[in-house]
Amino acid sequence: MAVPIAWYLILSAALFSLGVFAFLIKRNIISIFMSIELMLNAVNLAFVAFANHWHQVSGQIFVFFVMVVAAAEAAVGLAIIIAVFRSRGTLNVDQINLMKL
Amino acid sequence: MHLALFLIFGLLCIGGALNLLLQRHPINSALSLIVVMSSLSVLYLLLGAEFLALAQIIVYSGAIMVLFVFVIMLLNAGEEQRTHGSRAAYLAGIPGVLALFAVLASTFFTLRTNLGSARLGSFLVSTGDLSRVLFRNLLLPFEVTSVLILVAILGAVVLAGKEQ
Amino acid sequence: MCAQRNVRQSGNETDVNILIFVLLSLLKVVVVTVIFLTAVAYTVLLERKLVGRIQNRWGPSRVGPFGLLQPLADGLKLFLKEDLMPDAVERPLFILAPIIALSCALISIGVIPFGENIRWHGVDMFQIADLNIGLLVILGVTSIGVYGIALSGWSSNNKYSLLGSLRSTAQMISYELALGLSVIGVVLRTGSLRLRDIVNVQNTHGMLSWNVFGGLQLIAFFIYLTAAFAETNRTPFDLPEAESELTAGYHTEYSSMKFAMFFMAEYANMITVGCVATLLFLGGWSSPFGHLLPAFGGPIVQALLPVLWFVGKVFCFLFLYVWVRGTLPRFRYDQLMGFGWKFLLPVAIANVMATSLVLAFHG
Repeated sequence: MAVPIAWYLILSAALFSLGVFAFLIKRNIISIFMSIELMLNAVNLAFVAFANHWHQVSGQIFVFFVMVVAAAEAAVGLAIIIAVFRSRGTLNVDQINLMKL
Repeated sequence: MHLALFLIFGLLCIGGALNLLLQRHPINSALSLIVVMSSLSVLYLLLGAEFLALAQIIVYSGAIMVLFVFVIMLLNAGEEQRTHGSRAAYLAGIPGVLALFAVLASTFFTLRTNLGSARLGSFLVSTGDLSRVLFRNLLLPFEVTSVLILVAILGAVVLAGKEQ
Repeated sequence: MCAQRNVRQSGNETDVNILIFVLLSLLKVVVVTVIFLTAVAYTVLLERKLVGRIQNRWGPSRVGPFGLLQPLADGLKLFLKEDLMPDAVERPLFILAPIIALSCALISIGVIPFGENIRWHGVDMFQIADLNIGLLVILGVTSIGVYGIALSGWSSNNKYSLLGSLRSTAQMISYELALGLSVIGVVLRTGSLRLRDIVNVQNTHGMLSWNVFGGLQLIAFFIYLTAAFAETNRTPFDLPEAESELTAGYHTEYSSMKFAMFFMAEYANMITVGCVATLLFLGGWSSPFGHLLPAFGGPIVQALLPVLWFVGKVFCFLFLYVWVRGTLPRFRYDQLMGFGWKFLLPVAIANVMATSLVLAFHG
């Protein structure tokens, strides 16, 4: 009834690849940001799987830190998105091509 | 039991990620991402990370994604249009992503005997174990993240606040 | 959760027959759900009766003796009404939203212990699932419940609904911080997130060892109380459904059973919050008199008495809920946000610091 760790890692690789792909083809800046979160989650799964393999707590601590950083990143990122939307009136990344706000 | 749960929630993860990719409307993408995150928390439970599983739900599904949904509602984001940029991304992206997945998956597949397998209950990290490592060995990084959060709060307030 | 239960089972109780375990667990789930839903229905009646008395009128009194069958009539009415589906709504999300709201409200009852750990055939009789992280499960499920309200407002395609749900989402994520921080003092004192451990710590000297008195968590209790009122969208924080400005807020477009689901979710959340407050601060199922009360009756009476104490405390909490609704006016929106961020949150942080200092120096 045991599941090979490799399956968990392959699942994590699949999620990460889907995240990268979504990051490339999405044009809405919020969706792009969400694909970054998907990639972070995929990496977290790999960390937890490795923690289980080595019977080490440190792998899970890493996930904890990734979550904290992701929360900070989401707060700042969404604030930037709101600021950009306020000055540009669009969320399409192709039209947000000037560095100046 | 373990295998069945892994298959159900693993497939939910993949399905949610695919749906995130295919949906045009950001709110549907956000909802599929919530499905992915919640299924991942079940997988964490299967791997013996009970605190992380709930932290995943509270932090990711309950706080970060609520923020996303809130911003989508606030900005009244509509469906996205396909533009020139996305066509270029298709051309370069599909082979690249497939190559990435092939490399990772084949590496894990060849290493599958070394990696062994996960058994339910063989490795259960209690909240106490986690906090002992976190607050004894890694106290400095932990404190630094609190400074990071503080900076992030200030940054968010400055960026999103109204200009005078 | 399922996996968790299995871990415990295979870990320390291998002698339990798996079939009996599954059957008894299913039975527990059914019984608790039925009782919980009945309690939800009668909480509505309690509220209508009490608010009626506060406003110097009778409240419902026609259906059955003292209006006791009123919940049945209400339910029947809502069930038989036409289920309207407005044209411009986002259909799948519009249907999904009340389901999310209600199921999140119902799930958290699954980790709440109602009485002493009494085992029959190796199965805990007064709790559905005893988790090491029970408290976190409740916080997590509450935080998922926001989606029900957020999505209902967005999918309704109606400005009142959208405004109501935006308000509610902002309110819930703001007060969740104060709610989470107020609980930390209790967790510090217990050293565990398991709800049974939290109650067992308060079980020694009756009322004096309850967290709210003996544990010096009086301030935390008030923070929890206030934040919980905001989390459940109740007066004085019922901005999301402020009738005078937003018609009915996020559920303006809902009718019939879909409306009833939101309604039930609100009252189910009230009961859950009451249960959690009882477990965390008011000593759970422990008697207020400690061991001063001599043990009487047989083992069955001794097993049921704690459940009675628990229900009594939850009832007092619900009474307080209704009392506040009958007494206090509604906050203004900026006052609500200012109160949450500028008052409750700093006080909660100060409480955590004070509690940890006391625990560090006095053990």
